[in-house]
Amino acid sequence: METQNLDTIIESRGNDSSQLIGILQDIQAEYNHLPVSALMQVSETLKIPFSRLYSIATFFKAFSLEPRGRHIITVCMGTACHVRKAPRIVDEVCRSLGIKAGQTTADRLFTLETVNCLGTCALGPVMVIDGKYYGNVTVKTVGALLKKYEKI
Amino acid sequence: MRIESIQELEKLRKTLLNEMKKAKTRIRICAGTGCRACGAQEVIDAFRKEAEKQGLDLGVEIKGTGCHGFCERGTLVVIQPKGILYQTVKPEDVPEILSATVEGGEIIDRLLYVDPVSQEKITYEKDIPFYKKQKRLLLGMNPDIDPTDIMDYIACGGYSALGKALTQMTAEEVVAEVKTSGLRGRGGGGFPTGTKWETCRDAPGDLRYVICNADEGDPGAYMDRSLLEGNPHSVLEGMIIGAYAIGANEGYIYVRNEYPLAVENARKAIEEAKECGFLGEDIFSTGFEFDVKIARGGGAFICGESSALMTSLEGKPGRPKAKYIHTVKKGLWERPTNLNNVETWANVPLIINNGSQWYRATGTEGSKGTKIFSLVGKINNTGLVEVPMGMPLREIVYGIGGGVPGGKKLKAVQTGGPSGGCVPEDLIDMPVDFDQLTKAGSMMGSGGMIIMDENTCMVDVARYFLNFLKDESCGKCLPCREGIKRMLEILNRICEGRGVEGDVALLGEIAQTVQETSLCALGGSAPNPLLTTLKYFGDEYVAHVRDKKCPAGICKDLIAYAISEEKCNGCGACAKACPSKAIRGEKKKTHVIDHDLCTKCGICAETCRKQAIAAA
Repeated sequence: METQNLDTIIESRGNDSSQLIGILQDIQAEYNHLPVSALMQVSETLKIPFSRLYSIATFFKAFSLEPRGRHIITVCMGTACHVRKAPRIVDEVCRSLGIKAGQTTADRLFTLETVNCLGTCALGPVMVIDGKYYGNVTVKTVGALLKKYEKI
Repeated sequence: MRIESIQELEKLRKTLLNEMKKAKTRIRICAGTGCRACGAQEVIDAFRKEAEKQGLDLGVEIKGTGCHGFCERGTLVVIQPKGILYQTVKPEDVPEILSATVEGGEIIDRLLYVDPVSQEKITYEKDIPFYKKQKRLLLGMNPDIDPTDIMDYIACGGYSALGKALTQMTAEEVVAEVKTSGLRGRGGGGFPTGTKWETCRDAPGDLRYVICNADEGDPGAYMDRSLLEGNPHSVLEGMIIGAYAIGANEGYIYVRNEYPLAVENARKAIEEAKECGFLGEDIFSTGFEFDVKIARGGGAFICGESSALMTSLEGKPGRPKAKYIHTVKKGLWERPTNLNNVETWANVPLIINNGSQWYRATGTEGSKGTKIFSLVGKINNTGLVEVPMGMPLREIVYGIGGGVPGGKKLKAVQTGGPSGGCVPEDLIDMPVDFDQLTKAGSMMGSGGMIIMDENTCMVDVARYFLNFLKDESCGKCLPCREGIKRMLEILNRICEGRGVEGDVALLGEIAQTVQETSLCALGGSAPNPLLTTLKYFGDEYVAHVRDKKCPAGICKDLIAYAISEEKCNGCGACAKACPSKAIRGEKKKTHVIDHDLCTKCGICAETCRKQAIAAA
């Protein structure tokens, strides 16, 4: 791990507890998850007990202590998507990839996450892959979408 | 450029308006998250490139704006001054829009909105029922401004309320004005804003904070995102006025992790406001000083609760505190803290500019002003709608929303997110305001309005919300942590066909305990979706428990897909599509489903062109 990057992230936000979640988010954006070594360094630099960082990292849904896949699939489970059959979409992704929500495929290609609401209810059911939104997804179109990303 | 006085602001506004008049045609492209997901950025780029190519630079102004609200039809393009609305615009439509409409003055028929009720094509934005019946006091500016340019906001009259409050009113007068306006918190509780400000102002302490709660966690609600993203300065202006009234010099905007564009636009807005001298030291040369920081959430629903949000701001896991100490007295870092939600803050400049009496003229006895709802789910016109408090639910669902698609029957309207409830179809004529929704067993919440049709299973809806809350309960108090889990277990059992007599009564008993003994509002309101579905849709529970049937065809364990002999033409498409190879049949003969292999994924029903496959 390049400690240089990590220092920049911490420095850019200063020693300010209101920015702590932001720091962890930036680290996750950089490393794809929260590596323990990075948390150690944050703990040392900002003089925050490691236990507190661990409790934050496990309390908030946005953080992952495990390495995630190359492609992050996020299926929106908001109420509007739910009534438009989002659960069937999750089922289909799970079936196709052989994982459960929150897990990563053995080849580290895909991680499946669910989110409470993305606020793009007009497009529901919505699935986001690597930040790109796909609206009005059907059980039938899931397969083709996944295939597209397998090759990238 | 620093603005020191109201006169300077007014002068700048006039100059900006004169500048704007130079453009003969103004093209407004919605660049909210919804339209961006439909490719709005590509459309904006195409307009810029094509305008340059066609040599239209001087007379045409092209602008990506805040969310227009009609998300169903994205990407939305409005051509001013005529107000022509083109919907579902793609980059390939752009050259034609420029040559035919902008230059030639012709209307492109295929890009017009078709009213789902009358099937008529509508040319002008103002004639579309979705917009016509709204009263857009807060959202009105969104389609005209580029949220990343403070000058647009100033041109529309922005920061004049701040100038007025700071230079012509005392802090007490500002509090009194907001109090008289009758504004109630738009985040869910509906607490009178002015009273909250007053309590915070009077609380002992040297330092005070104001917070903007943009941790909009209710699934199906996105009005706060749209405001913060589409018109961040209106929120910021409200906060600065509030800080002046309360006597705070520091503020935070706590934004949800899932709203990256809102974070970006709010950050830009703060920078620009600082450059203009609306934030920082000596604002409007009055000696008043105020600064705002942005804090991002971490994807925890509970952090929308005020004390949990403040705990999270202190750099700790966001768990709520007991309510015998109010955050207005001891909040962030134990200091008096006034927290309001995005929409509440955005109302403040309106009240200061137009006066409390003007504001009071809109709304009902107990709920003043307008409310933005996100009208979503099984509805024709999905989007954000801003209406006067007290508009009948029917007018919102049918008048603005255009009713339920596919000729299906409306079953219920869910409001208030996981803390709210389901209002049944027979209460459709109810006027919508804080008190009426509470009376119906639901609540206003932040304004999500999810429309449910006959294909929505109400037991499943209750289960959905409890499942949501099970994950989001912070675990600090037992009634919420365990109670929700136990209720969910029972509902799971019911949906899986293992419900037993007495389950419904037991659910009611647990619900009451959780409601009365939880520490914070998350637990206290958690049983609402369950209780309202039990109250209004008791027969669906009976069908699940006693008859082991799901009338809406949703609960997988209680349904089976079947192919209609009459409708099936034996094309074989379903058999080909089935991932479990559960469908067999000879060509041109009726196919059958092997129920041992069927996983009930529903692909077959989606595939069949003859609508021969249905769940029952």
